[in-house]
Amino acid sequence: MEGTEIHRRLSGLRGRAARLFGRRRHDHEEHVAGAAPVARQAAVWRLARVSELRVETAHATTIVFDVPGWPLHAAGQHVDLRLTAEDGYQAERSYSIASPPEEPGVAITVDRIPDGEVSPFLNDVLLVGDEIEIRGPFGGYFNWHSQDGGPLFLIGGGSGLVPLMAMLRHRQATASTADVRLLLSARSSEDVLYRDELGALGAVDDVTIAQTFTRHPPAGWTGFARRIDREMLAAVGPPPEAMPRVYICGPAAFVEQAAELLVRLGHPPEKIRTERFGPSG
Amino acid sequence: MSPITRGFHGRPHHEDDAARLPPGQHIEADFPVLSAGPTPHTPLDRWTFEITGAVDRPVSWTWEELLALPTEMPTVDIHCVTKWSKLDTHWRGVAIDTLLAAVKTSASHVLAKCDGGYTTNLPLADVTGSRAWIVYEYEGQPLPPEHGGPARLLVPHLYFWKSAKWVRSLVLRDDDAPGFWESNGYHIYGDPWKEQRYTGD
Repeated sequence: MEGTEIHRRLSGLRGRAARLFGRRRHDHEEHVAGAAPVARQAAVWRLARVSELRVETAHATTIVFDVPGWPLHAAGQHVDLRLTAEDGYQAERSYSIASPPEEPGVAITVDRIPDGEVSPFLNDVLLVGDEIEIRGPFGGYFNWHSQDGGPLFLIGGGSGLVPLMAMLRHRQATASTADVRLLLSARSSEDVLYRDELGALGAVDDVTIAQTFTRHPPAGWTGFARRIDREMLAAVGPPPEAMPRVYICGPAAFVEQAAELLVRLGHPPEKIRTERFGPSG
Repeated sequence: MSPITRGFHGRPHHEDDAARLPPGQHIEADFPVLSAGPTPHTPLDRWTFEITGAVDRPVSWTWEELLALPTEMPTVDIHCVTKWSKLDTHWRGVAIDTLLAAVKTSASHVLAKCDGGYTTNLPLADVTGSRAWIVYEYEGQPLPPEHGGPARLLVPHLYFWKSAKWVRSLVLRDDDAPGFWESNGYHIYGDPWKEQRYTGD
């Protein structure tokens, strides 16, 4: 595939995003000086207030921010956080947005990296009412808008579920009927984010949720209990002829493996979008 | 002036390393992989590298021809826009200066094109003057595909998305045209020391 083809496709996407932003801009007029382009609004650091904390698993917390003037985001985008210590030292990290654009505020879900610098703080120290610098939304490629349609094949490894969850929530909030299949790989069921919500989502028509547990499947589990492989992807995902939009997010090795297997199954590489979690403590 | 984040102290930081870290970056010992899609695999017997566009005549090298060119072994710090930096990375490859010596051009910019459709744009001045290479070895080993092998661009003074993986050609241009990430919200130039991460920075 030539670069120019990708460009045409991408500028189409950007056009849609711009129209979406354009429609909503008047909602935020009181916060926006003039009609600054959306990209420039995204680059501005804003002070967010923590409005809610939700414990998701033993090592992950969802943080909901109230952000005055927040530009509308797309499912799959990320934000940057900036933390400042008393001595002026600053740390920045990127986190995928978990909430759909239709929900007020911005939610992220942070996995605690045991020896990390920022994620233990966000999990263990942060309180409702605390203020923190945030900017975004960023990333114009790993996005899904309900008007893009389906079928969708979402593949998540561990906390790689977060941006995919934003897509599932966006699908539900817009009453989209796009066929969507989620394949989620986790070590055990205790490690699965948004467990109850996924259960409810999976009970709906057009949504298939398949899970594989790589270390400790629940007692009596008869489903997948291994790392993702060719058979699993073929069994869960739409066939390549259905030309699904594929979104894969997770640790680098997981994403590399899933993308490679899908290409070998016959999915066109340009239909496969990946987001990889490097270590980001 | 940023407000202090209640209860955040950060990790003890070493001043020596801190001086080598652009704003907002932290040191990473591993080498994370970041790509927008699947890793392409082009067999070496079909691999070529080209310089085309605004040149007197296009030039192309086969894999063997590239390996036969004079090599350099840069040791550089790299800075990914996703906030990690890696210090003292060791590479082997061919300076872009060496490749550009084969053409005549008055171009101002270059668009790097890659297997898989990825592109990135740079001023020509940023890939000359011993500041950029086509590299095919990392830490003494052939460059692994997930890190851009068989060969990638290395432009360490800009954010690492400019160091395009799986690079196959440089298109010289008389104007600047945004590449893949530059069309998707990321900065047109990408200087880590000015923290030019996103459009508008």
